[in-house]
Amino acid sequence: MSDISMTHAPTSGAAVRPSPLPVGSIGHKASGWWGMLTIILTEGSLFSYLLFSYYYFAVQYGREWLPSEPPKFRLSLPNTIILIVSSVVVWWAERGAKRGSWGQLVLGLLGGFILGCVFVVIQLFEWKDKPFTYASSAYGSLYFTITGFHMAHVVAGLVILLMLLVWSLMRYFDSERNAPVSIGAIYWHFVDVVWLTVFFSLYITPYLG
Amino acid sequence: MAVGTYERAPTLERADYASPVASELETIWETKPGIGGWLSTVDHKELGIRYIATAFAFLILGGIEALVMRVQLARPNLSLLTPEQYNQIFSMHGITMIFLYAQPVLTGFSAYLFPLLLGTRDLAFPRLNAFSYWAYLAAGLFMYASFLVAAAPNDGWFNYAPYSLKTYNPGPNMDFYALGMILLGISTTAGAINFLVTVLRTRAPGMSINRLPILTWGTTTTSVGILLSMPAVTLACFMLWADRQFGTHFFDATARGQPLLWQHLFWIFAHPWVYIIVLPAMGIVSDALPIFCRRPLVGYTVVVLGTIATMVMGFGVWLHHMFATGIPFIALSFFSGASFVITIPSAVAVFAWVATIWTGRPVITTAFLFFAGFISMFVIGGVSGVMTASVAADRQLTDTYFVVAHIHYVLIGINLFPVIGGLFVWFPKMTGRMLNERLGKWSFWIILCGFNLAFLPMHWTGLAGMPRRIYTYQDGMGWNTVNLVTSIGAFFLALGILLVLINIFLSVRNGAVAGPNPWDGPTLEWVTPSPPPPYNFAVIPAVASRHPLWEDRLREGMGHSSVHRGLVLDDGKEMLATTVLDAEPDAILKMPEDSYSPLVVAVVMTAGFAGLLLHWWVFSGICAWLMFMGLLVWLWPEPKLGQSARWDR
Repeated sequence: MSDISMTHAPTSGAAVRPSPLPVGSIGHKASGWWGMLTIILTEGSLFSYLLFSYYYFAVQYGREWLPSEPPKFRLSLPNTIILIVSSVVVWWAERGAKRGSWGQLVLGLLGGFILGCVFVVIQLFEWKDKPFTYASSAYGSLYFTITGFHMAHVVAGLVILLMLLVWSLMRYFDSERNAPVSIGAIYWHFVDVVWLTVFFSLYITPYLG
Repeated sequence: MAVGTYERAPTLERADYASPVASELETIWETKPGIGGWLSTVDHKELGIRYIATAFAFLILGGIEALVMRVQLARPNLSLLTPEQYNQIFSMHGITMIFLYAQPVLTGFSAYLFPLLLGTRDLAFPRLNAFSYWAYLAAGLFMYASFLVAAAPNDGWFNYAPYSLKTYNPGPNMDFYALGMILLGISTTAGAINFLVTVLRTRAPGMSINRLPILTWGTTTTSVGILLSMPAVTLACFMLWADRQFGTHFFDATARGQPLLWQHLFWIFAHPWVYIIVLPAMGIVSDALPIFCRRPLVGYTVVVLGTIATMVMGFGVWLHHMFATGIPFIALSFFSGASFVITIPSAVAVFAWVATIWTGRPVITTAFLFFAGFISMFVIGGVSGVMTASVAADRQLTDTYFVVAHIHYVLIGINLFPVIGGLFVWFPKMTGRMLNERLGKWSFWIILCGFNLAFLPMHWTGLAGMPRRIYTYQDGMGWNTVNLVTSIGAFFLALGILLVLINIFLSVRNGAVAGPNPWDGPTLEWVTPSPPPPYNFAVIPAVASRHPLWEDRLREGMGHSSVHRGLVLDDGKEMLATTVLDAEPDAILKMPEDSYSPLVVAVVMTAGFAGLLLHWWVFSGICAWLMFMGLLVWLWPEPKLGQSARWDR
């Protein structure tokens, strides 16, 4: 019982002296912001299991498991850059929301949304470009499952960005009440970071020997 | 808009449950009567009790399946069940007990107790809590619907490939498993998110992390475990379903797939799961046993650290389920070593409980008996676990009844005993009535004897070489008597459980009136009347020690907790948010009203999964769209909740 911290043992009522407190969802004090962090934790582990499966096959079968022609960068590299730029744009939008700049918020969300859509379209061409399908080999199954799960998350992120855009156009947010913007933005950044790990695993490691 | 309009200094008042503040809070927080209120309520107490009741219903179903199996195995060469029926029943028994009873019942306890233990008014996301419950119920019904078409999952709760693949298992059995598990996983994940944010953000002021009740430590730790492990089985089930429906090749060895990948993904999930269905139950014991020993728990800090260490190490031992699969020696050594080491934090907890009893003045109530029984059974289960952690011994014992004995000692010992004990402790809080002690003690002794009669002999059955999962056996193998004893024990165990249920049934109306604190407990839930009002606390209590109600006799710290004088927060549904480590007031949270959207989203989601099962792709697409619309209604920023700039105060 001796390890009770003296500094945090309030005398009666000391901890609850009624000082002004923010009311409702504000910034990182919003429950939703914490909830999004936990979602990212569990979705992040989903992708680590997907990549675990990829490397498991790679260790079991070595090179012969990969398709004869290694993945190309013609579409995938520009697409990766587009996704990184979209994250920067969404960050810029969030910054606008915090400054109270309605124009910057709307423009940034719109830009992020459009860049995300471009990513999806290019990725569809990338899929079409592949000489294998999900049913032709274990590699194909895994390639399409990993990129497919990522695409599903991109689409979810796009829906979030779209809703934030609609709500921004309806003037729902100002410099104080904009927690949903931060919550949506952090999810979009997460989706983009995941793509970098996927891109490294699927596109770069085959060239590493 | 000026920042100042978003702030408010809440008033500090003295208020009890008869004050005008309390009756005002009652009208703000109460659920509307009638079926509408029942379907739309977000009250954590109502949902917690519903969770526990539903889990007990599944316990009964799983128990009936167990008894049917024990009748089949009572004598050699019986043919009560066909091999296929036996496969379905033993699979559903495992799925039911592990996924539909053991974890949800602990979620129920946590959903009920968390806000009360933490000194707040609800969980962080009340609507998400309702969604978790409905999705859990729907997932359970989804999996049990398989019996209606005589196609229940038939590959065990672990569902190994390649037997689960379409080639060997063409019926819809495994689709029920794969889709049902994904559905259940969504419910479990939502629950874990809720507990985590609740414990991080909504504790009473002064409840710094070194003053958290151990039950909340257990659930918090397992919630992190769920978030990290659940995706593995969700992914595995998705891969299995894709293999079966769309011809992918994840587990198909004939096309460069790997059946063993299933086992890896499954056990990366399922070994942590063992701790997920155990640590909150250990938390129940750590919090409730000291009440009956009339002293604080010995070694709070080491028990907490042991809880966390167990969960962390739980992620590093999954391969010990796969010792016999031909994996490399270096992996065997590492995972065998890790499996030995993980006994240490559990042993620390056992020593803490024994020391608490030893140095306390135990009051022998039914709850105390169940907790003491738990400690003994946990030790037996733990020791047989140590035996199987040795690769050499495991090669001999794997896939025999020895392992069946071990898993039942561990799961019934560490889950069922604490749960029934916990029920005796908190039933008075939930209903305002005491359970019958005399009947309770009878049920304890019958359960303890029946349990040991059923499962202790299984160790010998296993050592004598009887494989698990077989539907019958031949005469003259030396297994006859032990199997008969096991079957008789199983019926004794069932009788004991039945007595507990009868006790609940009788006491809920006619039990002695409990009063707010019948056991003289030290933690915040015992401040409230029994049952607690919808708002839990008239004022937000301020905490100065681990045992707010025992401070007068323990002299723990400098200050005194203040449970009847605190912040009022009565401007609509409101809760206090506090900082993560020190629990200092941080913000006033606006809480949502009762809502149908959790129910609607859960039902539509389940319908969509049923569509996937039946290959009604368009129907599933419509459900996905409806679910999206439901989520949109749910998540639309509400001015009333302070989520948008158009704030009408």
